[in-house]
Amino acid sequence: MGRRAAYLGIFTALALIFSYVESLVPLPVGIPGVKLGLANLVVVVALYKLKTGEALAISVIRILVSGFFFSSLAAILYSLAGGLLSFAVMFLARKNKKFSVYGVSMAGGVAHNVGQILVAALVVETFGILYYLPVLLVAGVLTGLIIGVVANAMLKRLERLDFTDNTGK
Amino acid sequence: MEHEKKAEKMKKNDWLLLAVVLFAAAVIFLLRAVLGDQHPGYVTVRVNGEIEETFDLSEDVTAELNGGTNILQIQDGVVDMTDADCPDRLCVNQRPISSDGESIICLPNQVVVQIVSQDESELDAVAN
Repeated sequence: MGRRAAYLGIFTALALIFSYVESLVPLPVGIPGVKLGLANLVVVVALYKLKTGEALAISVIRILVSGFFFSSLAAILYSLAGGLLSFAVMFLARKNKKFSVYGVSMAGGVAHNVGQILVAALVVETFGILYYLPVLLVAGVLTGLIIGVVANAMLKRLERLDFTDNTGK
Repeated sequence: MEHEKKAEKMKKNDWLLLAVVLFAAAVIFLLRAVLGDQHPGYVTVRVNGEIEETFDLSEDVTAELNGGTNILQIQDGVVDMTDADCPDRLCVNQRPISSDGESIICLPNQVVVQIVSQDESELDAVAN
């Protein structure tokens, strides 16, 4: 159990570090809000290597902590909306086994952006903001693809690490 | 443990997903282009630096500003100052404006008419 908690801590810390690194190096695409979503790499890997609940916990804790550290409460709201929707979609995409890591990650990237824009539209009470949707769709699917490629490589190397056998349940 | 058998290439469904999302984005983008700019923003009228009135850029109106010193006309997304009681009438002679950020300024009456993009200001708030 203690060992497992340590693994979860490491995963969460890694996700946090990725968030931080990403906030330091913005993507030079000139579109506000578009980022690679490096932290999602950890969530994707966790989704494959850990239990669903644990992967979800890593995602949520990462969002809360990095939100408190690096941004504002409003940003946490957006991140959480994106993060939760993304997680749900990735979970389903993985579960029905029709997609590989690439597809799961792409679906997650798209869902993340869609979740954020929806909350944004609700908050500012203007659906004019959905104007921005095509850009976010493309950005989501592309960043998701990149994360998927890296996650695939990581999973291959982590193949022998079996976290799930460490506890009875 | 499966050795090196993990899918390294994209599955058919992955490609399908990629294609569907890109297609959806293209369709929305095209629809938007065809239906025209639904949210061209709005026109703010400042008198002495304070926003007195706001108009929708997509609405055709003719309005008296600042209690009648200036007449503003908005038609087909183009904003023009059609009349003013100031001596120089620079604002009236200025060419009509239609893009984000452009403004017509009537200095004698301290009237500033500016086109503001709705989306931009909101997006900035969200992106930050």
